[in-house]
Amino acid sequence: MSDETKPGLKSPLRRKLLMGMAALPAVSMLGRPAFADVPATSAVNTTGLAVTDSEVTVGILHSVTGTMAISETGSVEAEKLAIEQINAAGGVLGRKIKFIQEDGASDWPTFAEKAKKLLVNDKCAAVMGCWTSASRKAVLPVFEQYNGMLYYPTFYEGLEQSKNVIYTGQEATQQIIAGLDWVNKTKGAKSFYLLGSDYIWPRTSNKIARKHIENHLQGCKVVGEEYFPLGSTQFNSVINKIKLTKPDVIYAIIVGGSNVAFYKQLKAAGIDLSKQTLLTISVTEDEIDGIGGENIAGAYACMKYFQSLDNQNNKAFVPAFKKMWGEKTVIGDVTQAAYLGPWLWKLTVEKAGSFDIDKIAAASPGVEFKGAPEGYVRIHENHHLWSKTRVGRAKADGQYELIYETADLVEPDPFPKGYQ
Amino acid sequence: MFGDYSISDLGAILAMQGFAGLILFSVYVLMALGLAIIFGQMGVINMAHGEFMILGAYVTWMTSNAVQHVAPWLFPGYFFIAMILAFIASGALGMLVEWALIRHLYKRPLDTLLATWGLSLILQQAYRSIFGAREVGVELPEWMMGSWQATDSIQIPINGMFVMALTMLITIAVAYVLFWSSWGKQVRAVVQNRVMAGAVGINTEKVDRYTFGLGCGIAGVAGSAFTMIGSTGPTAGQLYIVDTFLVVVFGGAASLFGTIASAFSISQTQSTLEFFLSGSMAKVITLLTIVAILMVRPQGLFALKVRK
Repeated sequence: MSDETKPGLKSPLRRKLLMGMAALPAVSMLGRPAFADVPATSAVNTTGLAVTDSEVTVGILHSVTGTMAISETGSVEAEKLAIEQINAAGGVLGRKIKFIQEDGASDWPTFAEKAKKLLVNDKCAAVMGCWTSASRKAVLPVFEQYNGMLYYPTFYEGLEQSKNVIYTGQEATQQIIAGLDWVNKTKGAKSFYLLGSDYIWPRTSNKIARKHIENHLQGCKVVGEEYFPLGSTQFNSVINKIKLTKPDVIYAIIVGGSNVAFYKQLKAAGIDLSKQTLLTISVTEDEIDGIGGENIAGAYACMKYFQSLDNQNNKAFVPAFKKMWGEKTVIGDVTQAAYLGPWLWKLTVEKAGSFDIDKIAAASPGVEFKGAPEGYVRIHENHHLWSKTRVGRAKADGQYELIYETADLVEPDPFPKGYQ
Repeated sequence: MFGDYSISDLGAILAMQGFAGLILFSVYVLMALGLAIIFGQMGVINMAHGEFMILGAYVTWMTSNAVQHVAPWLFPGYFFIAMILAFIASGALGMLVEWALIRHLYKRPLDTLLATWGLSLILQQAYRSIFGAREVGVELPEWMMGSWQATDSIQIPINGMFVMALTMLITIAVAYVLFWSSWGKQVRAVVQNRVMAGAVGINTEKVDRYTFGLGCGIAGVAGSAFTMIGSTGPTAGQLYIVDTFLVVVFGGAASLFGTIASAFSISQTQSTLEFFLSGSMAKVITLLTIVAILMVRPQGLFALKVRK
């Protein structure tokens, strides 16, 4: 706020009045020196986003109804927590974050429509949202056309890169290769049985896994590869096939309600996960809640975050999350990645010194977040995150025990050569 | 694919695969029984069938929690209590729905499809609001998990055998009620000629209400049993609805025996194909076969001969 008078207000009385009014906020400013650094809105927002002197509006776009609500609820919770914490710490460029939440209702056209609403009507400075690849693909043209910024939390199949998206989850090679190398080295695994739900993420991921197993791991082979329609609840036949082929590793990328059925039936069929190695990239603590810890204890998961991680950031994050959303809630990989979204956006805006989408997109590479619950992350030039890959072992209480983590950050490689 | 395996290995797999097929068969029958009663006896297309099942699953989950808190010593046997409660809860909700919604639509059977579909959406959102959007994990007593070691290499899932036994029991009970009890005779009389049944003194409204309640109650028991093999969440009912309708329509709408025969043929085709092909392909081929058969025989496998 400054005491410039607008041109056109020539009368001395009006000028006096205006100057008096302009002084009012100046008085209140005395007690809040922080406001002194707040850059003028006209300087940080040149494209007409919903940014005022005291507030900036962002959007949250997830499914809170429909089949995907099961998975997306955690992301919404994490994003709200991050926004609240950022506001408590003074906001972004001195502005408090206000959020507008829209429901994608597990329906991809609805996602596109709501994305358009958030960008065109609400002028959101950034949107945290989407979960499935299908919903991201649906909103991508909208974000590119209206030049918005999307922070997308889920680990996904890769093969995408956009100026208008920051991918805060791992892309497929980050999640897959380190895990396969680990299981090959420490378990001496030679034969793999690949399983998945029948859609793009498991199919692309298994394709990468197969290439890696056949071309990069000495003497290893894939003994089976199978897909099941989303929502399948019967796995007895494939379990028998697994018993017949006796693979060293079951590599499972099954999602949603099928997950629960698969692990319950695996256990019921007498496959003991303490003896049979099973490696999954699709079961986080959130899913274990539905599966039941006793049904999956012993299985290995390869991702970048576990609730049980022992570091300072995570020790602050987990209690804060539970305080806000209840003692019984659990935090899975994607929930943590969703929590990164608002923070990375804040850091990027502050680095760019502007809310303008083009400037944020350009400033994103190199932005690092040292307060990440997973430890430390940095945005790569391809708008994905450098992050560590970890292997955890499921325990009966529904938590993972950290078994292995890569020594260095793993480079995101959304278009992996030799894996397509 | 069998070159590398010994005869005893193959024998064991064959036996286990046979059981897998039988378990799938029981699951299908259990899913479809409630719908077969409602669709077959009343002509109502109940799209909310899956949601009645999930109500049973949630009742099981609540019972499990309550028993663990109040009377832990009861835990090994809580599942039986849960199934009875699930039957009562789903049945009561079914009777309420019949009274509030379905009875106004008997003259417009196709509209029941739309009305019950709406009901299924309402119930899903209700579950989401009451129990939360996330899935809940139903804890089972120790004895119901794991498998029975028949020989060295043959393992049969205990929960699968449990479902088989339960299905047999319920099928026999339903057959008895419908075909031998006097109430069953009333139900069948109302199906065949509503006006005449009323004229001879049968309270047709009451018969309708109890029939619908029975169908929904059985759905609740099925949902309760499926907590052993599947997930419990607000929209989990949707996982079952397609297969359920498939079984009922393929079997011939008004025939209990048809439902069982159809469940048997679908489950055997499915599980055999699944073994030799992949899961997705097995489903595709099964569905194509059913479509082809229904084109030749639109009334399903077994149709009741009714004078029209």
